[in-house]
This record gives sequence, C-alpha cells and structure tokens, in this order.
Amino acid sequence: MSKVMQGSEALGSEPAEAVFDGHFGPYGGRFVPELLMAPLEELAEAYEAMRNDPAFQAEFYADLQQYVGRPTPLYYAEHWTRRIGGARLFLKREDLDHTGAHKINNTMGQALLAVRMGKRRIVAETGAGQHGVATAAVCARLGLECVVYMGAEDVRRQSVNVYRMRLMGARVVPVESGTRTLKDALNEAFRDWAANVDDTFYIIGTVAGPHPYPAMVRDFQSVIGRETREQCLEQHGRLPDALVACVGGGSNAIGLFHPFLDDHDVSIYGVEAGGDGVETGRHAAPLSAGRPGVLHGNRTYLMENEDGQIMPTHSLSAGLDYPGVGPEHAWLKDSGRVSYVAVNDDEALAAFHSLTQTEGIIPALETAHGIAYAEQLAARLGPDQTIVVNCSGRGDKDINTVAEVEGMQV
Amino acid sequence: MSRINHRFAQRRAEGRRALVTYVTGGDPYPGATVPIMHELVRSGADVIEVGMPFSDPMADGPVIQDACDRALAGGTGLVGVLEMVREFRRQDQDTPVVLMGYLNPIEQIGYRRFARDAAAAGVDGVLTVDLPPEESHELVPAIAEHDLDPIWLVAPTTRPERIRAICDQARGFVYYVSLKGVTGAATLDVDDVAAHVEAIREATQLPVGVGFGVRNGEDAARLGQVADAVVVGSAIVSRIAEHPDADESQLSREVGAVVRDLRAGLDQPLPEVAP
Repeated sequence: MSKVMQGSEALGSEPAEAVFDGHFGPYGGRFVPELLMAPLEELAEAYEAMRNDPAFQAEFYADLQQYVGRPTPLYYAEHWTRRIGGARLFLKREDLDHTGAHKINNTMGQALLAVRMGKRRIVAETGAGQHGVATAAVCARLGLECVVYMGAEDVRRQSVNVYRMRLMGARVVPVESGTRTLKDALNEAFRDWAANVDDTFYIIGTVAGPHPYPAMVRDFQSVIGRETREQCLEQHGRLPDALVACVGGGSNAIGLFHPFLDDHDVSIYGVEAGGDGVETGRHAAPLSAGRPGVLHGNRTYLMENEDGQIMPTHSLSAGLDYPGVGPEHAWLKDSGRVSYVAVNDDEALAAFHSLTQTEGIIPALETAHGIAYAEQLAARLGPDQTIVVNCSGRGDKDINTVAEVEGMQV
Repeated sequence: MSRINHRFAQRRAEGRRALVTYVTGGDPYPGATVPIMHELVRSGADVIEVGMPFSDPMADGPVIQDACDRALAGGTGLVGVLEMVREFRRQDQDTPVVLMGYLNPIEQIGYRRFARDAAAAGVDGVLTVDLPPEESHELVPAIAEHDLDPIWLVAPTTRPERIRAICDQARGFVYYVSLKGVTGAATLDVDDVAAHVEAIREATQLPVGVGFGVRNGEDAARLGQVADAVVVGSAIVSRIAEHPDADESQLSREVGAVVRDLRAGLDQPLPEVAP
C-alpha cells in the first residue's frame, strides 16, 4: 500500500516560472462581474502562495491522511471482472473517503485556505449533496460558518444529504429559481459571495468557475491520480491501459486523469450523463453534444440553444445534472487526449446493480456512469489489460432514487 | 460626437444630472418594450439601457432574474432585443441606447455579427456584466469597428490601479456599482459612493454614473450630488413586475410614474456646499 503523497507532491506543484493565468487554450478564464475580480485575484494570490508553502502542504497532507482517510485502496474487482469477461477492472476507492466521496479532498484544501485568508464564513453550492456534505464536515471541524445552496429539486431528491448537512451545523438554502438544480445553486452561491465578499470564502465543488478554481480544485483532487499511479506501479509494475471516470463538472475525473496526461500509452475516458439518450436532447452531456460558451465564470462546452440560453439538463444522478463542464476537460476534448463518451440513465442503473451484486460495493449513481462505460470497454479488451475506474462516491444517498425508479418502497 | 457623449455634454452644460434607466427587453411581453422605451424618454430618461435576457443572470437579484424569465418565456432573445431597438429608433434618433447583459448570447451570435447588427439597429453602447476588460479582446475591437462604446463597471472592491486600467479603456461613461451584492439589494451609503466616485474622477474625464440600490427620487437626489448620472433598473422593473398582464398604455403609465419621480429628485437644486 502506498503512502499518502507528501510535501510539494501533495499539491502537484510545478516549477513556478510563469504564473498560470487560468486559460486552457480558448477555455477557462475569468468571466465574472467586476465586483468579484478583486476577490478572485486575492484568492489566486493566496493559493499561489499556499501551494508553495511547506507548512500549508504539511497541514493538508496530515488532514488527508488522518481526517479523510487517505490513501484510498486501489482494489482489484475480481468478481466484477469475471462477470464482465475481458480486461481486469480496478477501482480507485474514493467512496471510502470520509463523507463518502472524493469531494472532501477539495473541501479540505479550500477550507484550510479560507482559514489562512482569515475568512470565517463559507458558502458552497451542491447538486447531489456530496460536496455540500463534504463542505459542512470540514466547516464543523474548523469552526466555520457554512451556508450551502442547493436546488429545490435536488433538496427533494437528496433529503438524506440535506439532513446530514444540517446535523453538522450547515444552513441549507433551497434555490427556487431557474431549473431548481445545480446550475441555479451556483448562481445563488455567486450572488451570496458578491454580497459578502469581505468575510466569505466560496468553496466551489468542481473544476469549473472562474480562475483560479479549475486549477486549484484540480490540484487538490490530483492526489487521486498520483496515488493511483504509484499503486499501479507497486501492485503490478506498470501503468494501467485505461482510466475511466464520470464527468459532471469533472473534478473526480481530472483528479484521476491529470497525473497520467503525459503517459501516452494510457487511454483516458470521461463519461458524461446521457440521461434518456444524447439523441433525445434530454441529457447532461455538454462535451458529447454541446458547444463552447460562457457560463459561471468560464468558457467551456455548454448545453445551450442558438440564442445562448442555457438549456435544462436531465440525468438520474443529481451530481451530473449540470449544463457545463470544467474548462480543462473542454481543452482535453479538443486536444484529443481524453475521449468523452455518454452513458444513459438505464445503462448506469444496470451498472449500479452489477457492481453492487458482484463486489458488495454500492456506487453512487454518478459513479455508476463510469462503471457502465468500464464494462463496455473491458469487454472489448483482453485479460492482459487493466482498467482503473474512479469509484468516486458511495451510493447510499441514492438508494431511494433507485428504489423509486424501480417501483420499490424502502 | 456619439449620442452618449452628446447627451452627457448637454446635461452637463445645463448643470443637470443624467438619468439612465434600465428595462429588460421583452419584459413582460415583446410588444411592451418599445412603448415603454418611448415613455422612459417622455418621463425624463436621458439614456436607456435595454437588458438582453439571459437564463442565468448571476450578477442580478431576483427582480432582474424574474424579468429575464418573463422575457425568455415570451420568446425574446438577443435578436428580438435588437429588433426592438431598431423599432425604437424609427421615432427617436436622439436618445442613447445601451445594451446590457451577459456575454454568452453575444458569443453565440458571434462578435462581428453582433456588432454589425447592433450598430445597424441604432445601439450606442454595450455593457456586458460578466466580461472584465481582461477577457474583452474579441468583443471590444468588434464593437469599436462600428463605433459602439464599451461601457465598463467599477465596483467597491476595484483596486486603484485597476480603476485606472478600466478608465483607460472606457468610452461613453463609467458605471460605478454602488453596492456589494447583486442588483436590487440593500440600501446605499452616499458618503462611501462619493469617495469611490472621486477615485474614478482622478482617472478619467468621462462622466460617472452610479447605480445599484436607487429606489426613488430621494435616492436619486442624494446620489445626484456626487455623480454625473444615476442609473435605475430594479425600481422600474419591479413596477413592471406588479403589472405583468397590463396593456402597453397601462405599463407605460406605471413606468412613467416611477421615472418622473426619479427625474424630479434628480433635478432638485443641489444644496449649497461650503467652499
């Protein structure tokens, strides 16, 4: 078992020649109201200082180890592999992170940064509630005030997570505007931040938003890929043939992918939410069927109409139900380094059961999209090949949704 | 001289403050906007800002978001707004019109086509609230080619060196956002505004407009003491929201009442200031 990455390794520091300006090719950037420009510059400066500060990194490392529970196992899912027949399937067990998903790698890092910056009030948006729960947890631990914006529709779908957040002292604000889902929660969180910039830190939960969020969140999540890389080398002496992760905003995916981007023998697949099917228009797959535009502070692929209005999204999984995607994914799509595919609701649901039955691991519905694509991919590859799937979250939060879809009473 | 410069020069020569009024294009229904624009002018508005509806107006509060939703539900997008300006211009060649909104609808039409069509419709300036100068290297040259003014915002958080950089690029007028928060929120602190406006004046000769938080003639009078122009949006849009089913003439009467109050407040003689 590998150790947790230490020191500058933990944050993926690169030589600090040119300060990154937040653009991934034509994507990313900083498209925000003037009011937020100074706070974002302040944040970028603070983050740049912290990522090169050994004391900050040591604190982050200790928290990942002792509070989050890192390193997470790279688990050979032998029974699942046998069921599928084909490549050997490994799970990076981010579902074992404290609070049940990879989200806390990032909230831990950002909350420590908030404390260093003297901000005692935290706002966050959440879709499935996993980021909200991970934010509420670190705020409870660090004694920070926590306000979580959540679409009213998601509050209904994810009532258990709402209760978890409230138990940990967070105020959960249902958002009734727009489509009442994740994108509207982001709008409200930005509005709150704009009104309270002096004392408030906005913890964005994914690799989207204005610079420095996409790069900062990626750096905090890249511990996933660095551990995976080291575990692969330790356990079977070579890198995997393929990586698979689900992509909503794309933080678990970029966290796994980023340390492998220069390993050109490793194929990389990002799996979007196909909803009822990309061809039906009822989906949440901007990389598969959208086009570039500007939303929530960055330029990226979006689901939008010809007039530039953002379209409603559809996915069984609340965490993927978002019309945009992190700008680095947009760039990785255009560059061809990562292949983006879509998996429909029913395929994800079947994979949810498949993994649960063969391995006794209940994946989140978001994660199940990656699981489903990994099954398709494994079947095309031989037993001498290996696939690592990011098991990004546990599915306990989704059992009511699954039961409802299948007409069961829980 | 552009319509915007001409109008501000006129008001300055008269010793009066300019009144800038905002309505969302297509709110509450497409046919209402042009009559409302004419009424704004009749009631004393000097510059009209027409909002380009957007589904996710993250810098705006619930009042403008609801207006966007009503406009979009009625089928008004950017192309529809340009058509409204074109129709307004048939009867009014003097009042400056500024388009205000978010970048994405403009990006989807394409910057060059947007600039050409906006100029042809009779637009004078463009204010994109989610586009800082740093990201404007496509939009600004495109609109400059058609003599459209980029209107820039300065916020309470804007640092002094940044104020200078923004003012260097500004045309028409500089718009100081007088509150932290979103449109339609909270109350205003005139002394604080005065200090920021002073900082902007050190960086530019352009007129300075102040907006966010102006609800009535009294607010307008107070802000008019420190700025060249007062910008009012949510107060007008709120009145429209109270009458979503009213016909054009009733909506015009309602809007006219709000604007006449603002105009009267703004035209009050300025109090004597000790030398």
